[in-house]
Order: sequence, then structure tokens, then C-alpha cells
Amino acid sequence: MAEQALSGLKIVEYGNFISAAYCTKLMADLGAEVIKIEEPGSGDESRRHGPFLNDEPHPEKSGLFLYLNTNKLGITLNVETKTGQKILKQLLKDADVFVENNPPKKMADLGLDYASLKEVNPRLIVTSITPYGQTGPYKDYKGHSLNTAGLGGQTMRTGEPEREPLAPPLSQSNYQSGAMAATATMGAIFARRSTGEGQHVDISEAEVWATIHLGHGVHLGVFEGRKSIRSGHRTISVYPWCILPCKDGYMCLIAIQGFQWKRFLEAMGTPEWMPDPRFRDRIMVALEHADEMDAMVEALIIGKTKDELFEICRRDQITFAPVRGIDEVAHDSHFAEREYFVEKDRAKTGVLKYPGAPYKLSQTPWQFNRPAPLLGEHNEEIYCGRLGYSREDLVKLRKGGII
Amino acid sequence: MANYPLSGYRVVDFSWVWAGPLLGELLADMGAEVIKVETNKRLDSARLTPGRSTVGPETDFVFHSINRNKLGITVDMLDPRGLALIKELIQISDVALDNFSPKGLKKLGLEYAELSKVNPQLVAISLPAAGQYGPLYDIVTYAPSLGALCGYSSLIGYPGERVLGEQTPYLDVTSAIHGAFAVLSALYYRERTGKGQYIDMAQIEVGASVIGEAFMEYFLTGRVLGTVGNRSPTMAPHNNYRCQGEDRWVSIAVDTEEEWRGFCDAMGNPPWVKERRFSDKFNRQRNLEELDRLISAWTLGYSNYEVTDVLQRAGIAAAPCLDLTERFSDPHFAARETHLQVEHPATGVDIIAGIPFKLSATPGEVRRPAPMLGQHNDYVFRELLGRSDSEIAQLIEEKVIN
Repeated sequence: MAEQALSGLKIVEYGNFISAAYCTKLMADLGAEVIKIEEPGSGDESRRHGPFLNDEPHPEKSGLFLYLNTNKLGITLNVETKTGQKILKQLLKDADVFVENNPPKKMADLGLDYASLKEVNPRLIVTSITPYGQTGPYKDYKGHSLNTAGLGGQTMRTGEPEREPLAPPLSQSNYQSGAMAATATMGAIFARRSTGEGQHVDISEAEVWATIHLGHGVHLGVFEGRKSIRSGHRTISVYPWCILPCKDGYMCLIAIQGFQWKRFLEAMGTPEWMPDPRFRDRIMVALEHADEMDAMVEALIIGKTKDELFEICRRDQITFAPVRGIDEVAHDSHFAEREYFVEKDRAKTGVLKYPGAPYKLSQTPWQFNRPAPLLGEHNEEIYCGRLGYSREDLVKLRKGGII
Repeated sequence: MANYPLSGYRVVDFSWVWAGPLLGELLADMGAEVIKVETNKRLDSARLTPGRSTVGPETDFVFHSINRNKLGITVDMLDPRGLALIKELIQISDVALDNFSPKGLKKLGLEYAELSKVNPQLVAISLPAAGQYGPLYDIVTYAPSLGALCGYSSLIGYPGERVLGEQTPYLDVTSAIHGAFAVLSALYYRERTGKGQYIDMAQIEVGASVIGEAFMEYFLTGRVLGTVGNRSPTMAPHNNYRCQGEDRWVSIAVDTEEEWRGFCDAMGNPPWVKERRFSDKFNRQRNLEELDRLISAWTLGYSNYEVTDVLQRAGIAAAPCLDLTERFSDPHFAARETHLQVEHPATGVDIIAGIPFKLSATPGEVRRPAPMLGQHNDYVFRELLGRSDSEIAQLIEEKVIN
């Protein structure tokens, strides 16, 4: 296999569901070796989440698990036993990074808090991704993506003003914290180059929202009384900045510069209301005439398909875009030419398509070398091949429920 | 000198507005010397966000937040002498970062093929909407267009209802985080091999990557996921519920049956919780609307913090949905310094976003406020590039440094 950007980095993941798995997926896809630890028997929660191949629930056929665990080695280990903890520490002696997303209290109870792991391997970087972080009054609170997006502020920005606000879909908080954890872990690896020592990377899901996503506007809230605004399918800052229906779906209409809006209206045949003074100031339109304007614009586009409208926009350099459905993106010519979706064969599922590289590195490209592991697929390779256990040991460990 | 993860690394940041500057922010927070290249001929629009009560390019709080820890220079890169200065700077730098369109990048002469001539070890990243090639490569977009083109927006809306879409720069930030990871990975490779490289990042591909689950659903079942609202396929209840006060909400997510029993106890076991239609997860999923209505009747009697407190004591995942000022006063965020107050020469004190990660041994920190226009011209052109006072005076006179 060709050398990749992170070739040589050894990572152990003891995580569940999305955040830790997405963090180590990003690293494994760029060449790091990731050994994923799962509970014997049940495995990662994402194996039970689906979506399942042909809608048949099966722990080896869950799309979420398959997507999040590409390029990893998989072992089973019951870390809640003393023997399990001993084996984990053996693995960590030789590792660069340990990524986990368990409650801080659980890790302390298992004797796997950072202070204990540092004694095992002072060079080890321990990356903990939790809903609220390792410190602070909520550190032991429970939280799912819905809750941390709420606390962190993302939720209050989406939805109709009179109805419940909408959290971002499909566990976005977990992806944000996972990606931030991968970035911060790389920072810790660079720090180790000069200090020679590992450290504890503390990623709080709510805090990722509250800082890099949404911390920049807090000043306006505190000093100018601004509030988060959710205004349904449009914003109230300028018109157009909205999503409106067309013949076969929806179009995203946004024009920050006046000429972009003018160009669009001209392309639509210069409607007679265009010169109306009420519609000249687009900030006022957004505040006071948005419903009326929506209806008039909808009338202009409702007879045209997304593709027809997009073609006009591309021709005239208008900044509007079709709202692509998941199936349309999967077959989109742009994504196809960039070979974004990739196929891979795997036991139990056969050949499947997967979303691929989020970035293209010219020298060390993203690679899909192996599909997500079957539960315990690499037990023998790791326990016998790396840690020196015999086959008989393995049988004993299996009988004891350790692996 | 304090020890930061990226002490000793230099980044030339050509980016503006949102995605690129946030990527630069992450590197700067880790201690890299990030030099933001600006020009007075065309200001970064983040310096002049419309509707601010303050005036002028030095007082925009949002700009201050996303550009803290950076140095700033002003140079006209359309002037060949300006471009030459920038290339000299590239020669002594490790990373270049831009979010120009591919055409704009080429027009400026800043494409990787040119930059790598002067510095073969350079790691450079561009993060336009659609990448450096492909039918949409030259598309002109704003943040919401990204969500539209990658499928993300099609998921936003109340379950089964019309698409509302993503109107915020959500995917810009997502791209910044992924981009910083890619840059650090490429630097890690360079440290082992001495080889630089170019990273072509399409923001719409990053957007597709964080909704991988939806694509997997399509590939595994042929089903096209549409607007999903707050629903979860595995949890019920799972929603935001109205509380006491104006537009106050609390998020509640109940996973296991044990949690459901704890949730019922916490509500004081109203009679309806015993009804058959709510007896297990599958029944609750089937009767979600009614379930949500009944839960709201309970949450309405309390503040969002009170509901959170009661439920967390019972082991249920709950948290208030917070607005700007509420986040600033939240005790947990306060304890973790999630927001920072820093002095800025033009505004006095700004409240800015805190460091988004906590590294125990080499914490990032805000070492300096966002740069004023051209604030570090002297440092860069005199100290780093060795220009004399008279040379600099002439460059200023001729508006190369501007």
C-alpha cells in the first residue's frame, strides 16, 4: 500500500456510535492504523442503528456502522473486566493515540482516566469526546446530538418562528465534535514532537457549537441585544435569501449583491412589478414584504424545473442553486467526475457505494483500502499476532466473555 | 516562548469572509503564526457586516472573533511587486490557505503550481464551493447554496413537510474544521518525507460527508431521506419542547426503556404514561405527535433549566436550547471559558468565541486580538522580508503595500 499522510500513526478507539468513530475514520482514511474496540456480542451501537441493507436489521449490515468504520481493524474486548483493562493497557503501550467518547465517570471508574493511562504510556495522546467536556457543572450530564446542539446554540437558528426549533439532522453534533477531535489530536501530535509527551485532548460537543460555530455572534447578543432568529424557509436580513418551490422540488435563492437579483429577474422576463418602489430596498423587502415577494417569485419559477433554472443561473452567473435530494447528489455529474462516491466489496453486504473523500491530497490521497470490520474480525491478528497470546488463550478469553 | 502545538509554523492566509478564516483561526489558536493577507482596495466583507451599530473596518466583533491570534498585512497582489513580496513570504512559510474560486486563484497567480516553484515543501489548501475541477468548479455560491448542492438542505424541515433548508454558514464551519485536519495531516507527512502537497477541498463534498448516513440509506435501501425535523429513528421522545417564558425550549431525548420509566417518574407519572400507545419505543414512535403534545403540557410549567435539572437527576438526556446571551451566562460555559473577553484597541473589550478544544499540556489561547488593517506590515516586510525603511516607504507611496 502506498504511503499515506498518517501512515505509521497507531490509534486505538474505544468509542460508541458516531463521534469517536468519525474522528478515527478521518484518520484511518488518511492512513493511520486504527484498532476499534467493540463490546463482545453486541458491538458498536451504530450496528443496531441502521439504515440496514434491504431494511433487514442485522449487525453486519448497518449503513451507519459501515460508513463510519472504513479502513479500521476491529477487535472485541470487554473493557469492564479487569482482564479487559489489562489487555487494553497492553495495546496502549505501543499506541500514539487513544480516542474514546465515554462518560468521564465511567472512564474513571474503569481506571482508564488520563492520569492512569499516562502511567502506562507517557507519550500517549488521549482524546476524549463527550457531550459537555471533562470539566464544568454539566460534565456528568447525559447528552445526545439533539441536546448538545440545543445547548450550543445551533438549534435556535432553524425552524418556523412559532414552532419548535429544529436541531440539525442526523446527529450533526457528533460529526462536528468528531472532526474537531481529529484536528485537535493532530495538534497534540505536533506538540509531542517538541515535548516528547502526550496529553489529554478534551472535546466538548456543546462547546464546539458554542465556539467555532456560534461563538462569534455572542458579543452582539450581550451588547446589542441581538437574538438568534429562526425564520423558516428564509432569513430576514435581505431578499432573496430563501428556499422556494419550483416545478420538481425547491430552489435556494440568495443574492447578496443587487446585480445578482436584477440579473435573475431579467432572466425571468423582467416581471412588471420589478420597478415598484416597495421592492427596491431588499432589506425592507425581507422585513416587510417577504410573503408577497415569495408569492411573486414562486410564480416566476413554479413552471420550471430545478435543472432548467440552474442552467439559467449558471449561464448568467446568478448565485442560486437547486436543492438537491440525496438521490440526485448520488447521481450528480460533478460528484461523479470527482469520483466522490466509491464502491467497495465486503463480506455480508457485497459491493456497496459509499461517500468518499472530503478532500483531495495531491501526494497522499484519501484511500478506501478495507471496508468496516466484521465484529471481532481482527481478534486473532491483534491478540495473537501483536500481543503474543496463543490460540488457547484466545479460547479462554472468549469463554470468559472477555473477547 | 510559550510552547504551542504549532509553534514555529507559519501560515499565509489569503482567505476571507468565513470558511477560510475559520480554518486559519484553528491553526492560529494552536500557535501557528498566521499572516492574514488583505488589501484596502477590497476589504474582507467580514470587516463590514451590514447592520452593525458600529462603523468602520476595525470594529466588527465577528471579524475580531474569527481572526484573533492572526497577524495582518495589506498588499496589492494584482501589482507584480506585491505578488513578488507574497512569493517571498511563501518561501519562508509552511502553509498557504485560500478560499478563492479556482479562476480567481489562477488570475492572481497563486495556484499551487506557482507557489510550489518557490517553496516545494509548501502545504497549500483551497476550499472553494465545488473544488478545482468538475462541471461545477466555477460556480459562484453563498453559504446556503452549499447546503442545497450537497443534499444537506433537503433534510431540513419538519418531518414530511416542505424543505426549509440551511440558511446559516453551517457548512463553512464544517469545512474549516475538516480543512484544518487535512492541513495538519499533510504537514505530518511533510515532516517525515520533506514533501509538500496541495489539498483540493470542495465544500460540498465535506457537506456530503457529514450526512453519510443519508447516502448509505439510499445505497442500502433505495429510499431517499427527506425532511427529518427533530426525529430520531431509535429514540422517542426526541424533540424540543416549549417551556415557561418567551420562546424558551428544552431538548429531551429518551433512549432506553429504563430511561422512559425514569422520565415518567420525573414527570410525576401522569395517567397517560400508562397508556398502551406509549408502552414501548415502537408504540411511542407510532404516536409521536400525541406524545410530544402531552410532554409539552408538562414542560410548559417549568423553565428550560428546571426541566433539564429534574431530568438529568433522573438520568435523562435533556438540555436547554440556548440563545446568544443565554449561552454567555450559562454556568457550564462560564466555568469552561467557552467565551472570552479580550481587549481590542479599536473597541475596548470584545466578547469572542473561546478555544474550541482543550489540550491539557499545550492549551491554545488568545495571544493577540484580530489585526487592524496592515497592523503587521512592518513586522512582515521589514523583519521577515528584510526590506529597508526607504524601500517600505516607497512601496507604501506606490500603493503596493496599501
